[in-house]
Amino acid sequence: MADKLRTLQNLEHLQSRYLGTGHADTTKHEWSSNLHRDSYASYIGHPALLEYMSIGMGESREKVRAAMVEKMVRPVGVKNVEEEG
Amino acid sequence: MATTSSMFMYSLTIQPPTSITQAILGQFAGTKEQQIVSASGSRLTIHRPDPVNLKITPVLSLDVFGIIRTLAPFRLAGSSKDYIIIGSDSGRITIVEYVPAQNRFNRLHLETFGKSGVRRVIPGQYLAVDPKGRACLIASVEKNKLVYVLNRNAQADLTISSPLEAHKSNTLVFAMVGLDVGYENPVFAALEIDYSDIDQDPTGQVYEDVEKQLVYYELDLGLNHVVRKWNDPVDRTATMLLQVPGGADGPSGVLICGVDNITYRHINQDQFRVPIPRRRGAAENPERKRNITAGVMHKMRGAFFFLLQSEDGDLFKVTIEMAEDDAGQATGEVRKLIIKYFDTVPLASNLCILKSGFLFVASETGNHHFYQFEKLGNDDNEIEFNSDSYPSDPRQPYTPAFFTPRPAENVKLVESIESMNPLMDSKVANLTEEDAPQIYSICGTGARSTFRTLKHGLEVMDIVESPLPAPPTRVWTTKITRGDEFDAYIILSFSNGTLVLSIGENVEEVSDTGFLTSAPTLAVQQLGEDALIQVHPRGIRHIRADKRVNEWPAPQHRSIVAATTNQRQIAVALSSGEIAYFEMDPEDGSLAEYDERREMTGTVTCLSLGEVPEGRVRTQFLAVGCDDSTVRILSLDPDSCLENKSVQALTSGPSALKIMAMADSSSGGSTLYLHIGLWSGVYLRTVLDEVTGELSDTRTRFLGPKRVELFQVSVQGQQSVLALSSRAWLGYSDPQTKGFNLTPLSFPALDWASNFSSEQCPEGVVGIEKQSLRIFSIEKLGDSLLQESIPLTYTPRKFVRHPDFPLFYTIESDNNTLAPSTRQQLINDTGLVNGEAAILPPADFGYPRAQGHWASCIHIVDPVDTKSCLAQIDLEDNEAAVSVAAVTFASQENETFLIVGTGKNIKVSPRSFDAGFVYVYRFLEEGKELEFIHKTKVEQPPQALLGFQGRLLVGIGNEIRIYDLGLKQLLRKCQAQVSPNLVTGLQTQGSRIIVSDVQESVVYVVYKYQENRLIPFVDDSVPRWTSSTTMVDYETVAGGDKFGNIWLLRCPQKTSEEADEDGSGAHLMHERQYLQGTPNRLALMCHHFVQDIPTSIQKTQLVAGGRDILVWTGIQGTIGIFIPFVGREDVDFFQSLEQHLRSEDAPIAGRDHLIYRSYYVPVKGVIDGDLCERYPLLPNDKKQMIAAELDRSVREIERKISDMRTRVAY
Repeated sequence: MADKLRTLQNLEHLQSRYLGTGHADTTKHEWSSNLHRDSYASYIGHPALLEYMSIGMGESREKVRAAMVEKMVRPVGVKNVEEEG
Repeated sequence: MATTSSMFMYSLTIQPPTSITQAILGQFAGTKEQQIVSASGSRLTIHRPDPVNLKITPVLSLDVFGIIRTLAPFRLAGSSKDYIIIGSDSGRITIVEYVPAQNRFNRLHLETFGKSGVRRVIPGQYLAVDPKGRACLIASVEKNKLVYVLNRNAQADLTISSPLEAHKSNTLVFAMVGLDVGYENPVFAALEIDYSDIDQDPTGQVYEDVEKQLVYYELDLGLNHVVRKWNDPVDRTATMLLQVPGGADGPSGVLICGVDNITYRHINQDQFRVPIPRRRGAAENPERKRNITAGVMHKMRGAFFFLLQSEDGDLFKVTIEMAEDDAGQATGEVRKLIIKYFDTVPLASNLCILKSGFLFVASETGNHHFYQFEKLGNDDNEIEFNSDSYPSDPRQPYTPAFFTPRPAENVKLVESIESMNPLMDSKVANLTEEDAPQIYSICGTGARSTFRTLKHGLEVMDIVESPLPAPPTRVWTTKITRGDEFDAYIILSFSNGTLVLSIGENVEEVSDTGFLTSAPTLAVQQLGEDALIQVHPRGIRHIRADKRVNEWPAPQHRSIVAATTNQRQIAVALSSGEIAYFEMDPEDGSLAEYDERREMTGTVTCLSLGEVPEGRVRTQFLAVGCDDSTVRILSLDPDSCLENKSVQALTSGPSALKIMAMADSSSGGSTLYLHIGLWSGVYLRTVLDEVTGELSDTRTRFLGPKRVELFQVSVQGQQSVLALSSRAWLGYSDPQTKGFNLTPLSFPALDWASNFSSEQCPEGVVGIEKQSLRIFSIEKLGDSLLQESIPLTYTPRKFVRHPDFPLFYTIESDNNTLAPSTRQQLINDTGLVNGEAAILPPADFGYPRAQGHWASCIHIVDPVDTKSCLAQIDLEDNEAAVSVAAVTFASQENETFLIVGTGKNIKVSPRSFDAGFVYVYRFLEEGKELEFIHKTKVEQPPQALLGFQGRLLVGIGNEIRIYDLGLKQLLRKCQAQVSPNLVTGLQTQGSRIIVSDVQESVVYVVYKYQENRLIPFVDDSVPRWTSSTTMVDYETVAGGDKFGNIWLLRCPQKTSEEADEDGSGAHLMHERQYLQGTPNRLALMCHHFVQDIPTSIQKTQLVAGGRDILVWTGIQGTIGIFIPFVGREDVDFFQSLEQHLRSEDAPIAGRDHLIYRSYYVPVKGVIDGDLCERYPLLPNDKKQMIAAELDRSVREIERKISDMRTRVAY
């Protein structure tokens, strides 16, 4: 029992420390939200990629950057209750 | 460790990126003068604005081998020097200072806080600094914020504390800024959204209701911890924060910029809000709301203002009015916020206002601009909008504000700094029939886009061009006495005489100079204090100051064939192969011949004496070139006069020699060099030992097919060598790196030249070009790529060359922009809704924008003759051109047509469209006109077009199709689904087609003619978001991807042969699939992270006589090359050199070099030349150490490094 508790504590520690660490009941929504947030953060963080996208969209770089942070708020829509069952 | 490969490439940058990610302003040199530090890609550059000459010059550029994401200047209280904090992808915070004495960056602190790489929760995205320099905050997009306390110790050195955490999970940061609070505890402001409840909410209501918070983080310096001091909801659309001066200067707090509004907020102040004025104009949509995309605050004595830029490029001046009490004293309360239109400048990624009255606009795209303020918009007629008329609550409606844009009144453009960012496509071709090819490229966005021609060469300022009665053979200039500052005579030698011109107000012939005018001249020299020397074939004429002439006649039946002189010595070679040597007597100024003559084995072709070193009576060495392809160094020491010191054998007869001292990067000081020009057009540079006269370290360069002549000229204060062959070349040491550069001049070929110095032109060159005299000067060293621009209309996407004529066809399109027809319709519409306004030049003001609209056109560009656009074809119906090709149709008697692929109503993200079309145009008038033939509707916009075996190959969605040209439309002949997502590029050789996919690397497809079938037979095992490809050979493809990698893939030999076996290809069709792909896989040969996104790759030559290399261009304006290694030996050498440099010269921002180049995939088969080229810049002891480790001399290593570059590129 103590072992199990420790594992759980370890996992919780990891989850608080490393964003996106999954657990046994990770839903598709959680997983994909996390993935998309990672992607958007990467687009913002690489200047060349941000510029590439802003030229493609025909918008200014700062506007595209802000729009991407905004998308990180809810990257894949509302949580699907049925899926989680 | 670097993975080995059977193929090795040497990667070099020939033009660093010009896109500025961020620019900061500060007194980095510790003096009153302000400098600008900019980050472009992985480069940190410091620029010095020159308020007198109204220009801005880069002083130092350093590759940090990491992605610079953010920069911030800071200054400790009481100090006069700004330091630079770098937020990069290294997971470390770096503080560097600029050391002006040594012109280098010095790293002061490097503190690790997290993993490397650009990650969501690793700080590095935002950097905010306390204005008093006491602390800085480095934050990530989500969650993590670290505060470092900055201080100084007893030695007055900068110290940095361990980090204090201010993390908050599930919180996204939109913007961050340090608050100006005077000397109270430092406070940082952030715009945040907490999304923790949104993820848990199945109804979506929480998302609708979520508020954006302005949060103050206070660093308690006493307790040494960070607290969330205050938070308050703000406008949901806010994205930007700007610091408002505090303490004695202002009310403190922040400006929050959101969609269509700017709000002032602070903890104990009321909020004030003004709208962002919208443009008035017939074609402007009055409903369109603007964002602020850049802004700057400027403090002047007792006042401050903001310049904020909207996405149209309009600058708005924002000021804050303070409340006053009854006695007229400022209470510290804000009364209102005022905004008004200021001027329009290009859309900036950063604005910097210099104290000296300049504005530096680091443009998002295109040239960076340097403006001078003429006034600050104080007393003009612009309408002011103040916060009294607008509700402060962001949810309350208000009537929008409008302004009329007008040409700039407040700022004046003084310099436009060339920037190729974004570089959309390029082609290397030799259209002008010169020695070396040119690089043609399309750059920029919107109305500021350009077609640029790049040529390797130095810019030359032409001063005089005057025709002469006959073609002269040689020219000299000379002073009359040693103390003269400027030259007095120009001496021209013709085949049968000599002409002397005096330099003054105007240049005219003079006859009483004492020069012999009836014979050609071989040399002219100002000798001793005030005498002149003329060497002619029959003798030496010594003209004394009192016009007495002493003549030394050449011995009977012999004439002088070559001569060299300096201030005290003369050596002449006779037709018999003898060398006569003279020295001036320092007492009476008379010339004395050395009593022996030295007989050479062959005919002497050229001679050279160096300058007399400071404090000596003579130079030690005479260089003699003979027609037996040797150069000998003779001693001039009185004890061993005219004795051999050393010999150098050459590949061809020497045509010119020059001994001169030049700056040298290996020794750090000045070194004596012997420059040798050969009849074969080769130029050599060898080090001449100042004591022994030994020759060592020879560097060779082919200049052109004509024999080389060498001259010493003074350029920008340094002694340089001018080498004339089929072009004029200048050898000089680079102002930044001190390395030796040999660059052609952008000037017609010269026959002879000489240094020229007059009052009007202190540092010039006089030269002979056929039958005219040219005087010119070289203004700028270091920038060796010359650019010529032709303006285009919209963002260029791709271009092709006419197969026969020097013309290019560009396709251009702009998203969210009104097409010209729609624009015209709105202007003509009488029921105007948005007022009237003059139509302003789009190059400065942009086009009217509207969501979902496209403006697109095709241009015919002539970069050679007229240097302009010849014709423009606009596309209608909201179509946008996406691809272009010049295709030869076998069915039309091999006539070539221009094919353009377009899409209708394209939406970029998520990708959608109504239809695609393929347009066919016929070339008329040698390609100067286009005739529309027909257009064919296809299901999707064709992203790739290619001529293939006399027909057209089109990539449509995930299919490729072969079309033939019909009368009414294109006729589909064959199709196959070959790629998983979207075909973005096509390459071909023989029956093989290389298809690149937007996401899934490349697929090799074979076309079976008999069966009329396209069969994919090999693909890749790694997803690569391919941006451009080229075939290196029949089996190998080189490509780049959207994450900034360049790779080479090769098809296995057996697979390649099987695919081309005769027959139906049934064996290919029925072969078993391997893991849902084709039966075979490509092998990775090379992989390298270059940081910039490659937009074009081409296998070509860059210099005359150079080998084939890969030239690539990146979107941020990078031009780079990959040079294949020929032997294993060199690879081993460079690999170990790289290894030593990685440890001895570790990148300044703390990113490990090997990990940086292995960003996504371990670097394979590529040596980083940019790192190797750091070697000559190392301090001498480190150079020696590495050289000892490698068992070679420093010079040898430097030669190897410079040879790698100069053999194939600039």
